[in-house]
Amino acid sequence: MASRRDFIKISAIGAGVLAVGAGAFKVIKVLSSSEEIKKLVVDLKRTPTYCEVCFWKCAGWVYKNSEGKIWKITGNDEDQHCNGRFCPRGTGGVGMYYDEDRLKSPLIRVEERGKQVFREATWDEAFELIATKMKDISSKYGPESMALFTHGSGSGYFTTLLKAYGSGNIAEPSYAQCRGPRDEAFFATFGEEAYSPEITDIRDTRCLVLIGSHIGENMHNGQVQEMSDAIDKGAVIITVDPRFSTAAGKARYWLPIKPATDMALLLAWMHEIIYNEYYDKKYVEKYCSGFEQLKAHVKDFTPEWAYGITTIKPDQIRKTAKEMADASPAVIVHPGRHVTWYGDDTQRIRAVAILNALLGSWGRRGGFYRPAKFALASFPIPAFKAPARTWQDIFPGKYPIASSPVSNALIDASVAENNPVYPVKGWFVNGTNLIFTIPNQANTLKAIQNLDLLVAIDTMPMEITGWADVVLPECTYLERYDILRVSPHRKPAIALRMPAAEPMNNTRSAYWIARELSKKLGLSGYFPFEKQEELLDWQLQKAGSSLEEMQRIGVKTFERDADDLYFAEDENVEFSTDSGKIELYSAFFEGAGFDPLPKYVAHEEPAEGFYRLIYGRAPMHTFSRTSNNPNLTDLMDENSVWVNPLVAKEWGLKSDQYIWLKNQDGIITDFSVKVRVTERIRWDSVYIIHGFGHAQKQMKRCFGRGVSDTQLITNVLVDPLMGGTGMRSNFVTFVTEKAEQEVVS
Amino acid sequence: MRYAMAVDTRKCVGCSDCVVACQTENNVPIGFCRDWVVEVMDGTYPQLEIEIRSERCNHCVNAPCVRCCPTGASHIIDGGIILVEHSDCIGCGACMASCPYDARYPHPDGYVDKCTFCVHRIKNGLSPACVAVCPTKCLYFGDLDDPNSDVSTVLKKRKFKTLIPEAGTAPQLYFLI
Repeated sequence: MASRRDFIKISAIGAGVLAVGAGAFKVIKVLSSSEEIKKLVVDLKRTPTYCEVCFWKCAGWVYKNSEGKIWKITGNDEDQHCNGRFCPRGTGGVGMYYDEDRLKSPLIRVEERGKQVFREATWDEAFELIATKMKDISSKYGPESMALFTHGSGSGYFTTLLKAYGSGNIAEPSYAQCRGPRDEAFFATFGEEAYSPEITDIRDTRCLVLIGSHIGENMHNGQVQEMSDAIDKGAVIITVDPRFSTAAGKARYWLPIKPATDMALLLAWMHEIIYNEYYDKKYVEKYCSGFEQLKAHVKDFTPEWAYGITTIKPDQIRKTAKEMADASPAVIVHPGRHVTWYGDDTQRIRAVAILNALLGSWGRRGGFYRPAKFALASFPIPAFKAPARTWQDIFPGKYPIASSPVSNALIDASVAENNPVYPVKGWFVNGTNLIFTIPNQANTLKAIQNLDLLVAIDTMPMEITGWADVVLPECTYLERYDILRVSPHRKPAIALRMPAAEPMNNTRSAYWIARELSKKLGLSGYFPFEKQEELLDWQLQKAGSSLEEMQRIGVKTFERDADDLYFAEDENVEFSTDSGKIELYSAFFEGAGFDPLPKYVAHEEPAEGFYRLIYGRAPMHTFSRTSNNPNLTDLMDENSVWVNPLVAKEWGLKSDQYIWLKNQDGIITDFSVKVRVTERIRWDSVYIIHGFGHAQKQMKRCFGRGVSDTQLITNVLVDPLMGGTGMRSNFVTFVTEKAEQEVVS
Repeated sequence: MRYAMAVDTRKCVGCSDCVVACQTENNVPIGFCRDWVVEVMDGTYPQLEIEIRSERCNHCVNAPCVRCCPTGASHIIDGGIILVEHSDCIGCGACMASCPYDARYPHPDGYVDKCTFCVHRIKNGLSPACVAVCPTKCLYFGDLDDPNSDVSTVLKKRKFKTLIPEAGTAPQLYFLI
């Protein structure tokens, strides 16, 4: 296999072959810059793709060099997700392909779980073993005892497989570990979620309010681009964050809030907006219900009240409320994305939704636009038999408003002591490193030890693949077709991903893996096409295009059916809530036994000598999945712990010193982390970038670099409404010396 | 013709996309770079200011790297772009020592390498890879002699500064503030 370094040598120099038998001088001679320039302008073959390094799924082009090897990836100008500009992760997607540590062959575990002793196997052997175990689980416990944890483009195929097999226990950690509370809160309020990409009309906004959301550090491409456009147009940015984020550095107002008190600020803003009559009266009257109840509810939540809780001065609260009102309806109180913080997250995001409703921003230019999505034809396959039992039958009555299966509930169902009504005994895990995704690692490992089958499908050896019984090596997105991308956006559009190269080593596409397994399980009727491109062509023909056309253009954008990106003046809008109105007061929540209006609840504070652990994103990494990517590791190869200078002084910590972190439950990080003494973080908190501290030795570049926040998140505040795992109530202290210890996770 | 670049520090988020795009476009070996990002923070919590800059060779009008090059490998071409002819470079490092901006790196194959303003792209009417990729559109490139170029237009509208002007190199990288 050609490593990235080999590749660079060959193509940059263009003299890998010439070098043989030639003197070093001659090699250099060939490499003159003019030669290089000539080489680079050759018209190179390009193939369309959409990116899989994160969930934004930008469409772009993969270029190959004159040796036919993947060279670079750039954005497709026609694509609304990226407007021709990929983010660093997408540009560095080549590293995912060239990473020499990739999984190369199917693996079958030969020693006890977690010891990571595997033997290479053929695909057929691996499928045979999985199918036998799945049949055992089905006959012993019922097919619902198989669960799928999934993320990304492979999800659809394994979902089809699992549904055909008889289980609906299919969870995306992106729900309960990330955006779930937001989607439920917006659904309860507007009858619609905030979508992905979010329907925030940032490019035309006059005021953008970010609560803990660090756009620019989270590199959600279209949003970052639009925030930049908004800065150009002079929009007011208000950031609420205990950390001086990059976005805070661009903001007119930075409110350095005491962590875990955002709800108090949101309530005070509502108070200001209602009692100063800043709200959009016509909009509220026409579209909203429950205004009087809300008004009475927030009566006492004055800026002075909030000051005592948030440490944000009343004057700042007033000024920022006025800024929002002045910009209304071109104002966005951003719904956020990773919002699982304190266990009352659905209620907090309800407060965000209500604020937007008061400001009349939903359905308005510069607020939230109405998305349009292309409706693709689905090829007829046999109907799925409804599973006899759902995930909600496992722990009856828990998480009543969750609209998707809750990953952590399925994991809890694999631990016998939790007394599930029925157990989950088999896991398929695709494209999500559960050890780094799900908080309380001890619980996840306990669940794993209880399984009859754990199959991990990934491109990289991750922590989770180390615990698997069978590891199936997926090829990367650059080596395969996948489902057509039809995300909601301003205009409906289709994007194609096609292979730029043959799958490396013995890797295969997720589609092929799911289809071959379906054959072993006697379910091949659910995958009627041997080659995915045949299905794509069928779908594209129905859409008035063709595979051939899409291979040429990559992205096809259509006009909207009607000119309805925003609400028309006085339009009668029927919202998909029970009342057909925007529900400021949620009868739905009340009926489910929860507060119909959001309330402030005080959260636990750090003990003496402990600091709240806040984690976030770096623009060049996605979760824990890019930590070994050679191109992206080159930009950031470890995280650091941000410590306020006052705290550093007290502890005698210096920048660049390596320390360990210990949490409130006595958990000490496996690895040490570099200290970054900086004014950018509050004195009551520390901050680290998520995704580092890998204990998987097979990822040679990132093993042992930095620390894992997930390891320190043992206090999990579960949202009773929808099961989201609140992860911001963990507190850490500093350990400057630690005995050598074998890493076991 | 006088090529120059402007960097809007108010928009740059420091994502380093310019760095990766340059590395892949120009096959810069991993571990090296022709452009990079600098973050400067000032103040005490919560009175803070931050400036983020994407930096690269300043393609100076009065370029010490060209003057000190013993072989003539470092040279200036039309439009003021400074290039290194790899085949003439002996890797002595004099240019690296003379550059106030630390804009050059020793390529593992024995020559000194640096930003070319993606001359192979601009010759074909494209913008440099870093400019083309930047998600915040904080990089502006063009001909200062053309009053309608992107860079001329933005420099007329905005306040700007250059880095280490006291070195007297007349740098052609402008930072919008």
